[in-house]
Amino acid sequence: MEDTQVSTPEPRQVIVPKKGSALRKLAEDDSSRKKFLKMVGGAGAATSFALLLAACGEDEETTTSGGDTTEPSTDDPQAASKDLDILNYALTLEFLEAKFYQDVLNSDLKPPQAIAEAVTTFGEHEAEHVDALTATIEMMGGTPVEDPMGNFESVLTDLDTVLATAARVENVGAAAYLNEAADIQSPEVLAAALSIHTVEARHAAALNDVAGLDFTGGDQFEGSIPDGPFAKPADRDTVMAEIKPFLPSGGGGN
Amino acid sequence: MSNSNLVVPELATVEIKGMTRSAFLLRSTLAAGAVYGGAVVGPYVKQAFAQGEGSSGDIDILNFALTLEYLESTFYQEALRQVNGLSGDVQALTEQLEADEAAHVEALTQTISDLGGKPVPAPEVDFGEGFKDEDSYLELSQTFEDTGVSAYNGAAPEIQATEVLAAAGSIVQIEGRHAALIRFTRGEEPAPTAFDETLDMQEVLDAVEPFIVKGN
Repeated sequence: MEDTQVSTPEPRQVIVPKKGSALRKLAEDDSSRKKFLKMVGGAGAATSFALLLAACGEDEETTTSGGDTTEPSTDDPQAASKDLDILNYALTLEFLEAKFYQDVLNSDLKPPQAIAEAVTTFGEHEAEHVDALTATIEMMGGTPVEDPMGNFESVLTDLDTVLATAARVENVGAAAYLNEAADIQSPEVLAAALSIHTVEARHAAALNDVAGLDFTGGDQFEGSIPDGPFAKPADRDTVMAEIKPFLPSGGGGN
Repeated sequence: MSNSNLVVPELATVEIKGMTRSAFLLRSTLAAGAVYGGAVVGPYVKQAFAQGEGSSGDIDILNFALTLEYLESTFYQEALRQVNGLSGDVQALTEQLEADEAAHVEALTQTISDLGGKPVPAPEVDFGEGFKDEDSYLELSQTFEDTGVSAYNGAAPEIQATEVLAAAGSIVQIEGRHAALIRFTRGEEPAPTAFDETLDMQEVLDAVEPFIVKGN
């Protein structure tokens, strides 16, 4: 530490992220930003947001010091690496969900208006999750996984099948998030994951209801409250078995 | 009881500091299915704390959650008694909600006790005009469930013990499902935003304060 350096804390510089990025939208849209600030939670939120902007503007003017200031709340590389792994796993699932809803809307199936609206809204949510997870991974210095480009042709046969699949996929997603949450190291990443987790749960409950399924169904992934009062997690092998039919290669990991 | 017993002002202002929870993480298993009833969670958590990784903050958060669960559980019990002419679907949903919230109360109480904490007693509640008809009841129910989701999501990142966090996650998912079903029943968006809002403890307490009878 050079003693010529005055150690007064500098106000964080807000750096405008790249055009068209999700972060740009957050920076410009007050209501989105508020949502995001809420998402990363609590008193650390404003700081996190500044860090996020700083991280995403890294190829533009950066006057704040780099390195570990861009990592959310941990300078433990192992912890960060674990969180990145979880975030990329979540991103894979969100890509699949987003693609599914998009494919439904692009299909020849003409859902009744109420259902079409729900599919549109839920699809937008999944796309927002993709953007947020991607931004968070980049902020932490990680590399976001590619969109696996799910193929849902096999279930785009009729509306009932679509609804049953949507209901199941959302139950799988909620159980997957629950499985990962307690392993997340950074409180900010955890806050974000939880905030997405309950939205997946909402989607799941509504879709299972629409699909005509009762509170509980045949197995863990069927029903609007399939596990009763305590939701059960699903480990990665279980989740992989569920999504494998929709992966173009019919296999492959995350 | 006095409302002031519920308020834990220190926690409302706890900063999410530059800490990782790895220091606290117990490498024991989640996947092994330490699932999540009080009777099941309890022993795991107790064991965890016996290893010296305790946090009185977790007990405060659990008690905070317990208060909310008491509020919800009593709310549905009273709804079943007081709201005239619930339609069949709403009746069935209410019975499910009541059972779920009662199970949450039981699990949280057990967990707090097992951790060596003292479970808060049920707050005395007053739901005002909330039961005058089905619409009023459902509207208030939506408020409670949405607030419950935001409360858990807001408090959870401060939880230290992995098993307590897992249990909270397991419960909040159910609150999210409840919220969606109630909203759906009312013709509202089941998931109004892509990211569920978080509320800090004080915000939650402010939200539920009108329904809690001040102690004397």
